[in-house]
Amino acid sequence: MTEPATETRLPTSRPAPAAKPFRFHTSLILQESTGLRAATLPTLLKLLRSVPESSIYHHTHHFLLQHQYLTPEPSNDFAYWVSEVLGEEALGERLASLDILEHATLQSLRATLVGTIEDCLTHHPAVRLKFVSEGEEFFFVKSRHVIMPTRHTASTLAEFARALSKVSLHSLYFHIFDARLRVGRPTNDFAIWLNEQLGLHELAADIAKLDPYAHTLETLRSLLLTLVQHELDRQNARHGLSS
Amino acid sequence: MAYLADYEPLVGDSDIDELRELAKRLAGKRIVMVNSTRTGGGVAEILNRMVPLLNELGMAVRWEIIEGSEPFFAVTKKLHNALHGRPEVISQELFELFLEVGRRNAQRMALDGDIVFIHDPQPITLIDKRQPASHWIWRCHIDVSHPNQTAWDFLRPFILKYDAAVYSSSAFAQQMAMRQILIAPSIDPLSEKNRELPPEEVAAILQRLGVPQDRPIITQVSRFDYLKDPLGVIEAFRIVRKSMKCRLVLAGGPATDDPEAEEVLDRVREQAQGHPEIHVLMLSPNSDLEINAVQRASTIVVQKSLKEGFGLTVSEALWKARPVVASAVGGIPIQVKHRYSGLLVHSVEGAAHAIKQLLSNPEYAKRLGENGREHVRQNFLLTRHLRDYLLMFLTLESAEDVVYLNS
Repeated sequence: MTEPATETRLPTSRPAPAAKPFRFHTSLILQESTGLRAATLPTLLKLLRSVPESSIYHHTHHFLLQHQYLTPEPSNDFAYWVSEVLGEEALGERLASLDILEHATLQSLRATLVGTIEDCLTHHPAVRLKFVSEGEEFFFVKSRHVIMPTRHTASTLAEFARALSKVSLHSLYFHIFDARLRVGRPTNDFAIWLNEQLGLHELAADIAKLDPYAHTLETLRSLLLTLVQHELDRQNARHGLSS
Repeated sequence: MAYLADYEPLVGDSDIDELRELAKRLAGKRIVMVNSTRTGGGVAEILNRMVPLLNELGMAVRWEIIEGSEPFFAVTKKLHNALHGRPEVISQELFELFLEVGRRNAQRMALDGDIVFIHDPQPITLIDKRQPASHWIWRCHIDVSHPNQTAWDFLRPFILKYDAAVYSSSAFAQQMAMRQILIAPSIDPLSEKNRELPPEEVAAILQRLGVPQDRPIITQVSRFDYLKDPLGVIEAFRIVRKSMKCRLVLAGGPATDDPEAEEVLDRVREQAQGHPEIHVLMLSPNSDLEINAVQRASTIVVQKSLKEGFGLTVSEALWKARPVVASAVGGIPIQVKHRYSGLLVHSVEGAAHAIKQLLSNPEYAKRLGENGREHVRQNFLLTRHLRDYLLMFLTLESAEDVVYLNS
């Protein structure tokens, strides 16, 4: 694995370490079937209303890990199926462009998905008649998450940068996506820790502002490292001036 | 034999670290794997690789094989076909034979693991020997999306006694009141079939097989089976050949358990006769290296199956960054995301059109192949398969959607 630029550009002097070090965790996902499937849009809608939240989560998030190498990334499962399999591109586009960041809960995300499909069926009733062939149905899957600590910890920004460059994409995913939506936190773990433990309010705000759904995970890692490196450079420069 | 550390350059240190971290929580667990054969077939191939890695990770894994007479395996073959949805008549007498062999194996075998992992229908009845406090998992490697109802009704009560059933695709899972876990199979990037090969070795093997590399090569690797549609591939190739110079390679091995194979091969040879640009390769059973070379030498790899269990030949081709044209059946759509990591088709004409598109747009074809390789790296390598098994073992006692493991 290539080492990031931060590895060779660590600051010579560091601010006080955090009282509470950041422990990187990772979230690994096991997929389970719900046994439910839809061959038409009305059935998809009906099931969408009742499937467990872990299924809503799965179909709006798993592609981020499964297709993390692609730019642009494919859309969420509902959008992909509606566009590519059912052939309803306009609705597919609407589902793909849903701003997941706007939803603090899966309940709210579900309501928006349901509302978007209901709206389409109201305005284009003929879509109700469309069905896909055997084997091409939408199969509802749910995610089961296993969360565990990794051996990576950080007490300073430099240590944070070093660990960030080494942790798995699953770990990155956990601290950015899982924490925010699934566990119900308003921002992401990195921004909270940088703000509360290192007092780096500006950096924390910049990191919180990143739209994680608009990037692949590796791109996201690079963006985070760039922001952190800028802060380290700034601290180094300040240290150089004051010394 | 490969060790976990050998996979680090391919999947990254952090992924292997995570496997080790997960496995710490399972150290010393006694796991018994049971299937019906130690050699031949995909299940044995995976277990041969998986069992040593699980042991390396600190579990005590034993691999047991059930014993059965020829008539027993004739019944299990019928059952296998019936689960794939083929019409089969299985008499009560044959079902009785199946149960009797199961009882004899149960008496003979020490199924004393903390986790007993039963593969496929042949040993399914061993569940009746379940000890309290042990966990039993049934791993179904078959496409049971549309099973013959009689066969399914026979197996269903046994399946329901397990703690969990594992399927390769969500399309195969049924509506049942039990945990149904989805774990796709995998390829081993370090095996003879998938390891890196230098171009000169590829060229030497192609020369030995009599396939010139003077034109783009389109390949399908599969058994000579109507369900793999080799005749459809020839038909698609003929359409392509009208406007583009290329070669077709149909590579497969003998299938002694398939009486139709000879007939299909004869028909393929008949169709290929008089067309020197069509190469029909009947490879011996130990031809992994040759398959590797043929896939690497191909401009496009086709898998135009009419039905497919999972179709790991697709992942094999994608791992070699080959652009793939494949039917949207069985587990193939999980491996190929249409227009991102390959092209999915539904007909001979569709296959021909897709092949022409890729031959005419090498940059696009290259991008699909590269995406495909990354898709396989993330989702269909042995290390991901291993991770899923560890996660499953760790969550057997929990009903929660989120499971926290402490340091």
